[in-house]
Amino acid sequence: MSGSGFSPGFRGRTHAFEGRLPPGQYPTESFPVLSAGPTPHLSTDDWTFTVTDETGGSRSWTWDEMMALPQQEPTVDIHCVTRWSKFDTRWRGVSLDVLLDGVDTAADYVVAESYDGYTTNLPLQDVTDGKAWLAHSFDGFALSPEHGGPARLLIPHLYFWKSAKWVKGLRLTLDNEPGFWESAGYHDYGDPWREQRTWSD
Amino acid sequence: MNDPFTTHLDGNALAGPLADVFSVDPTTAWRRCPSCHLPSSLGQLHVYGPGPGLTGRCPGCADIALRAVSQPGHLWLQLGTGGGAFRFHLPTSAP
Repeated sequence: MSGSGFSPGFRGRTHAFEGRLPPGQYPTESFPVLSAGPTPHLSTDDWTFTVTDETGGSRSWTWDEMMALPQQEPTVDIHCVTRWSKFDTRWRGVSLDVLLDGVDTAADYVVAESYDGYTTNLPLQDVTDGKAWLAHSFDGFALSPEHGGPARLLIPHLYFWKSAKWVKGLRLTLDNEPGFWESAGYHDYGDPWREQRTWSD
Repeated sequence: MNDPFTTHLDGNALAGPLADVFSVDPTTAWRRCPSCHLPSSLGQLHVYGPGPGLTGRCPGCADIALRAVSQPGHLWLQLGTGGGAFRFHLPTSAP
């Protein structure tokens, strides 16, 4: 395709995103909602976030305690395994480095657990060193329930099913324990740049 | 559950994917929910999806009844929550 039929604006936009679309993905301006169940409507009054280590020791934050932690505002591209990608999404939240700071653990993995029973597994090194957040705002507004509010994980370098909605905590594990979709045919790691969609990819 | 953003499908949405691995119509199969004891047929389940997979839930209490994931050449089927998923190999003629 020569592209001669496109307006300069369209071509400019395409160029701006060159190299940012993983294989097999298409860009979208909307923000599709994918859920495996009814949307929980959680009050921040009842919300806590808990990090549990492999010995059972735990630390918890209330909503107000979490909001008092240092906040970051990442702008990132996100990629869903159902093939949509969304560029330059703007979030506000707490780096998981802050929530995992000082945890004494021999674990190599974490399981993110959500209020609705959803789980997803991740290598510990993929949620540290500035790669992952507990996000409570999207595009300048409080995160809506259908997108995982009051708070969800944001782990943009992996397919978005890893960014658990309605997250209530991280459980550090010695073994890699497959989560909700990982135990039903999806990839354990889920790197969009290597198209790690299914179990056998 | 009146939620415009996650409107569920009915259980008949499972009929297509499951037809590849069942020799009888599974939508009339009967189940009694172990959590709330509500009886329902598979076709009466509340189904969420279609992506990344279909999650069938009890129409009474939303307890998970099954998960079905369609992938090229395969269907993954997990009944309940703790039993593990079976990966069925589909005939190459399947879409």
